[in-house]
Amino acid sequence: MSDFKVPAPPTGPVPWDKQFALALLADMLRIRRMEEKAVELYGQQKIRGFLHLYIGEEAVATGALRALQPQDNVVATYREHGHALLRGLGMNAIMAEMFGKQEGCSRGHGGSMHLFDRATRFYGGQAIVGGGLPLAAGLALADQLSGRSALTACFFGEGAVAEGAFHEAMNLAALWQLPVLFCCENNLYAMGTALARSESQTDLCVKAASYRMDAVSVDGMDVVAVHEAVLGAAQQVLQLQRPVFLEFRTFRFRAHSMFDPELYRDKQEVQAWKTRGPIHTFSERLKAQGDLSEEEFLALDAAAQTEVDAAVAFAEAGSWEPVSDLLRDVHTAQGAA
Amino acid sequence: MGQRMSYREALREALREALQADPRVFLMGEDVGRYGGTYAVSKGLLDEFGPERIRDTPVSELGFVGAGIGAALGGMRPIVEIMTVNFSLLALDPIVNSAAMLHHMSGGQFSVPVVFRMATGAGRQVAAQHSNSFEAWYAHVPGLRVLAPATVEDARAMLKPALADPDPVLIFEHTQLYNLEGEVPERCEVDICSARVRRPGNDVSLITYGGCLFKTLQAADELTRLGISAEVIDLRVLRPLDDATVMASVRKCRRAVVVAEGWRSGSLAAEVMARISEQAFAELDAPLARVCSEELPIPYAQHLEQAALPQVDKIVATVQAVMEQIT
Repeated sequence: MSDFKVPAPPTGPVPWDKQFALALLADMLRIRRMEEKAVELYGQQKIRGFLHLYIGEEAVATGALRALQPQDNVVATYREHGHALLRGLGMNAIMAEMFGKQEGCSRGHGGSMHLFDRATRFYGGQAIVGGGLPLAAGLALADQLSGRSALTACFFGEGAVAEGAFHEAMNLAALWQLPVLFCCENNLYAMGTALARSESQTDLCVKAASYRMDAVSVDGMDVVAVHEAVLGAAQQVLQLQRPVFLEFRTFRFRAHSMFDPELYRDKQEVQAWKTRGPIHTFSERLKAQGDLSEEEFLALDAAAQTEVDAAVAFAEAGSWEPVSDLLRDVHTAQGAA
Repeated sequence: MGQRMSYREALREALREALQADPRVFLMGEDVGRYGGTYAVSKGLLDEFGPERIRDTPVSELGFVGAGIGAALGGMRPIVEIMTVNFSLLALDPIVNSAAMLHHMSGGQFSVPVVFRMATGAGRQVAAQHSNSFEAWYAHVPGLRVLAPATVEDARAMLKPALADPDPVLIFEHTQLYNLEGEVPERCEVDICSARVRRPGNDVSLITYGGCLFKTLQAADELTRLGISAEVIDLRVLRPLDDATVMASVRKCRRAVVVAEGWRSGSLAAEVMARISEQAFAELDAPLARVCSEELPIPYAQHLEQAALPQVDKIVATVQAVMEQIT
């Protein structure tokens, strides 16, 4: 159980101007504080059902989504609060959705796992492991056929790599040269099953390369590395019109879901990974180069907390969809599409 | 003046018309292009429309069905051919968990205007794994529309309204029908919401669809010779079911037999019978009955396969038994 290796924390200069660096730090804090509040609200039974937390993995969504354009499509998983927030869904709509209110981004039909937003091309919130990958290939096919210049960023965990959907979508994307950016968030555990206990080949880039796809492994705890990698990969996808695979090595600090007693991993492993926490390592680097003071950090954190408080108030004040509308949205309303 | 053509040609004409009418429409599936379609439905279309719009896929049902759903989300109007319903089980997840649910799950934001076509049914001695009739499984799922064209006219005309539907539509083509010949009117338009009376009668309602329609019409002919006037209802649309047409017939005839090729347990026939019980029980003069496939994997040997499926003689015998009963 204690057989784990944890790389050294990310270090070195942050090659960004201060304003941009602080914006990404603020984004990571917004995700973190929103989810910490969600845990608290779950305890109060304001949020029910499944709640899969992204805490520890914030650098991936933060670095990646900042590298995408508004015309791009985003497909994510059931661990998608952070992706949704940074894609621009608004914390109010996300929080209201988790409360099950009709002011939520999916009218309370989806909850935590099914956040959607047409305006920002956020295609969910897909809660069948691997299910988003073929959809992403199809979205990219639509763009290719209609001559739209855009890519589809598809986020999924390493657990999805064991699914047929992963292999079929990777093959189609490579075969048809579709503009998909496959973003594998490898947090080492598929629920409770470690990668080495589920895959004969644990080098995920080797799998991607077998589809003749460029594949790069990135430190997913380092927002700088993530952002630079996604910027480069996105450009490659669009210019060369072919898919790219990125593996982000990351770690979730919390249990798989609120029902998970975490019997499968050593607490020491979690503690060791926390030394690589994306928020504090990035903060330390910015402080070391004089781009962040403690006061500035506290101000960003307070702003995130204020946003969270407002979102909770919005969700609390929200309304329940009337039961008389129960069958609404099973089919598209006539004349709507 | 109408035109005489085969069910296969009718499907092809419908595809051609759809591809010509809308640049967002494309056909994708296993062997739809160079091979010309497993049942030769898309033969010639590759030359006419090119490989981007007549798109051969790998043998990868989960992948290309999911991609079809994604392309529909992305603004296209894909027609996805799944070679047969048997293989659609490999794509059950995206059809049910994505296509059928995305509109509701997203609070009405996203629609999935995709059409899935697939062959269904038995009768060609291709044995258990190629002879299933799983259309009732799809008819179980809210969010899907399920069609079963049983006539050349429906084969020609159902695709257009299916493509115009903003939600996912599945079209089941019984393998025994591809060579069927029939008349197609010049202005050929049909709805995809109602059942049809294919033959009027007064003594018993025979409710059926797809590959069983012609067996049921034959049985009705034989019943006429036995002095029994059977009304034949072609359901056409398996979801949502057109209760009004079925109940009107049952209320008139006061007896009903359902004929459908799926296994009887948990079947579409069971659903139709349940609805009749719920809505017209007091008007029945005899218990309901059904003719379905026997409960076994469809066998290879011809005499066993035929014995496993609904047949004209079984329909006639079942109707005779129903006519002798009085509640």
